[in-house]
Amino acid sequence: MSVFRRISEALLAGVVLAAAPALGETAAPERVVSLNVCTDQLAMLVAGEGQLVSISRLTRDPAYSAMADEALAYPVNQGRAEEIYLLAPDLVLSGSFSSLATTEMLRRLGIAVEVFPPANSFADVAGQIRRMGEILGRETVAEKIAIRFDQDLDELRADRASGPRAAFYGAGGWTSGSRTLDGEALSAAGFSNVAEEAGLSDGGMLPLELLALLEPDLVITGGDDGPGFSRRQEIMSHPILARIRAAGRDAGLPGADRVCGTPHILRAVRRLAELRRGLEAR
Amino acid sequence: MSRVTAALAGLVVLLFLVSLSIGPAGIGPLTSLNALFLGSDGPLALVMREIRLPRALLAVLVGGGLGLSGAALQGYLRNPLAEPGLIGVSATAAFGAVLALQTGLAAAYALALPAFALAFAAAGVVLVLLLAGPRGGSVTLILAGIAVSSLAGALTALVLNLSPNPFAANEIVFWMMGSLADRSMRHVWLAAPFIAAGALPLLLARRGLDALTLGEDAAEAMGIRLGRLRLALVVGVAGIVGAATAVAGTIGFVGLVVPHVLRPLTGARPSRLLPASALGGAALVLAADIAVRVVLPGEDLKLGVVTALIGAPVFLRLILMTRAEGAP
Amino acid sequence: MSLLTLRSLRVTLRNRPILNDISLQVERGELVGLIGPNGAGKTTLLRAALGLVPSSGQSSLADLAPRERARAAAFLPQAREIAWPIAVEDVVALGRTPHAPGPDDRNAVEAALARTGLLDLRRRAATRLSGGEQARVLIARALAQEAPLLLADEPAAGLDPSHAISTMKVFRALAGEGHGLVVTLHDLGLAARHCTRLVALKDGCIVADGPPSEVLTPARMRAIFGVTAFHGEADGGPVFQPLDVTRD
Repeated sequence: MSVFRRISEALLAGVVLAAAPALGETAAPERVVSLNVCTDQLAMLVAGEGQLVSISRLTRDPAYSAMADEALAYPVNQGRAEEIYLLAPDLVLSGSFSSLATTEMLRRLGIAVEVFPPANSFADVAGQIRRMGEILGRETVAEKIAIRFDQDLDELRADRASGPRAAFYGAGGWTSGSRTLDGEALSAAGFSNVAEEAGLSDGGMLPLELLALLEPDLVITGGDDGPGFSRRQEIMSHPILARIRAAGRDAGLPGADRVCGTPHILRAVRRLAELRRGLEAR
Repeated sequence: MSRVTAALAGLVVLLFLVSLSIGPAGIGPLTSLNALFLGSDGPLALVMREIRLPRALLAVLVGGGLGLSGAALQGYLRNPLAEPGLIGVSATAAFGAVLALQTGLAAAYALALPAFALAFAAAGVVLVLLLAGPRGGSVTLILAGIAVSSLAGALTALVLNLSPNPFAANEIVFWMMGSLADRSMRHVWLAAPFIAAGALPLLLARRGLDALTLGEDAAEAMGIRLGRLRLALVVGVAGIVGAATAVAGTIGFVGLVVPHVLRPLTGARPSRLLPASALGGAALVLAADIAVRVVLPGEDLKLGVVTALIGAPVFLRLILMTRAEGAP
Repeated sequence: MSLLTLRSLRVTLRNRPILNDISLQVERGELVGLIGPNGAGKTTLLRAALGLVPSSGQSSLADLAPRERARAAAFLPQAREIAWPIAVEDVVALGRTPHAPGPDDRNAVEAALARTGLLDLRRRAATRLSGGEQARVLIARALAQEAPLLLADEPAAGLDPSHAISTMKVFRALAGEGHGLVVTLHDLGLAARHCTRLVALKDGCIVADGPPSEVLTPARMRAIFGVTAFHGEADGGPVFQPLDVTRD
């Protein structure tokens, strides 16, 4: 009964708030709930003590999250509107791929929702860190992290991006083009991206037979292998990939570091640079 | 070999060669066929042998099997609307396959995949035969098919939803609409023995199906053992549909369209319709799989979408014809 | 040797006795008319004789292996089912199913087509013929089976008088050639005029068995069918016509 009343009152409040959206914008939020594995990690990096009250369950899974250990310190949510509302947040953080119905419902209930799109470049990474700082009222901390990220990246960046030819290849035949975070990491590590040769700058499905004919120097796998069975992953055991593996022309790169636009992407760049040096030494 | 059979066989050979020549890498047909048969170990020969050849072979196996099963089921039930997909046998086979894959049994024992699909397909055939009765009237048959399909489809979706893998739930589309993309020779070797073993009893049952044209009593009085005929049908259809669905998902309407088109050309006799439908089914699936790659080359268009677009109008026409004849 | 011997044949379906202690023998040269009111068990008698329904007692046919039985007896079921639009001659050729393929097939089909007057229709799709024509196609199919015994369930039902009479004449001629036939009939006039012997069934029991003139007596007609009838002679054969329902 009390839940029902709170919801109906809030619905009413939502109507009032919608008419005056500027209310309460100056003060930093005190109870922040995050619904997305990427906003979870950005918020954990930037938020102050006690500011972040709940993160999504997926962030505790090392297959998808670079901060699985840190995530253990936070309570987790399942991303359902009702449970989020009962946490009484004053700000909800969400990714643009999260359920639209959930975020719309929360907005109608009068809760501020900030949506982060996926990061597609290093510039996006720094930008999203700074934006998170502004939203959480933690500009100074965020600025430090962003500057440190840019410096680290400059140190890592190879002189040229025309080294060995590499292709990302994952479940369902997906590859990452140059206009993606994966692609920027690849060229920062000094590889040229085979997806460009197939005309897939934004990434997309690279047919197995094109992969075979393009003969990349390195095929980078790993990324979205979940537990259990999925037909999308069957392609990874196709004889074509088995031959690439047998020839030692493949390398695994954990997906957790590159799923989200956080400074952890630099771990992927370091690993890729090692792989390039290994190839060039052959 | 009659003229119809010869023409169909020619068509299958032609479409097989076209299928081999089509792919995202625009290689000329002569170059690609040359690489397939004479090429050494280069990347092109690899693409032809490991990607395009299994795809074309599976189209022949799956299409031929589905055409043959459709003709056999129609002959047995004496109903032109009988088809493995429509009567729910493909859906039960898909459920068996999903169960084998999601429990990890298929990873441990390769044969578990076709075996599960086959066992569940057999259960589907038996269930539909029981529900539809000895002479499957159209309405009972379709209703039985809807019931069995919905149940099997729901169970498949349930298993995929329970899977710990976040992508598994999206794969219901593959199991409902079928595809031959990115299959390998492993899938050919997995499916071929079961499809061949299923085709044999169906082809041997041709005389019995002919006699059944005159009804069960007449057929039995002409020396046909109905019990054996029913067993041959269940084993044959389950073997073919089970193996085909396990490797290619549900490709509907092939067993409906092909016998319908070929019936007038084969004098409507089941004994002649069965082998012709096998060839016709192979041709149809080869053609549909070519269309999938030519019409929307960049997308992963599902094969079952094309066969349904061709098949559903034929199905509607058959319903109208059945209604006009005032059949039950 | 008899073509068919039934001894104490009994059929029970869902705890209801359908046939009771049936004993019957059919010889070469006989055209046996099986008569009786609706539900007397005529169809069940033919099916049980062939072993198509489970029965107790003994039937010389039901004891045979299926193909052997099919070479010993042809059966023409009452339901005139032709599922597919197959050419007439191909339907007739189905009668050759129990035989090993050979040159006899052609002759048997030709003879059956000729006997039933279907030579002109041979290439037409059987399903597009009239009901009477389809009935003749199915009779021709049974003839092409060339079994010494023919069991026919209501072969004359739905035929016009001319075709009904020709059919009975074909059967009589077959009997003359040494075949045996058992034919269920509702038309007692046809039974009286063409059969060599009549067997009357009532409530699953044989109540009369003998030449038509001995079976079709007024007392029996009243007892079996509950009708009165005219029984006379015309054009060198018996004439039988039921007249009225008796009130008892």
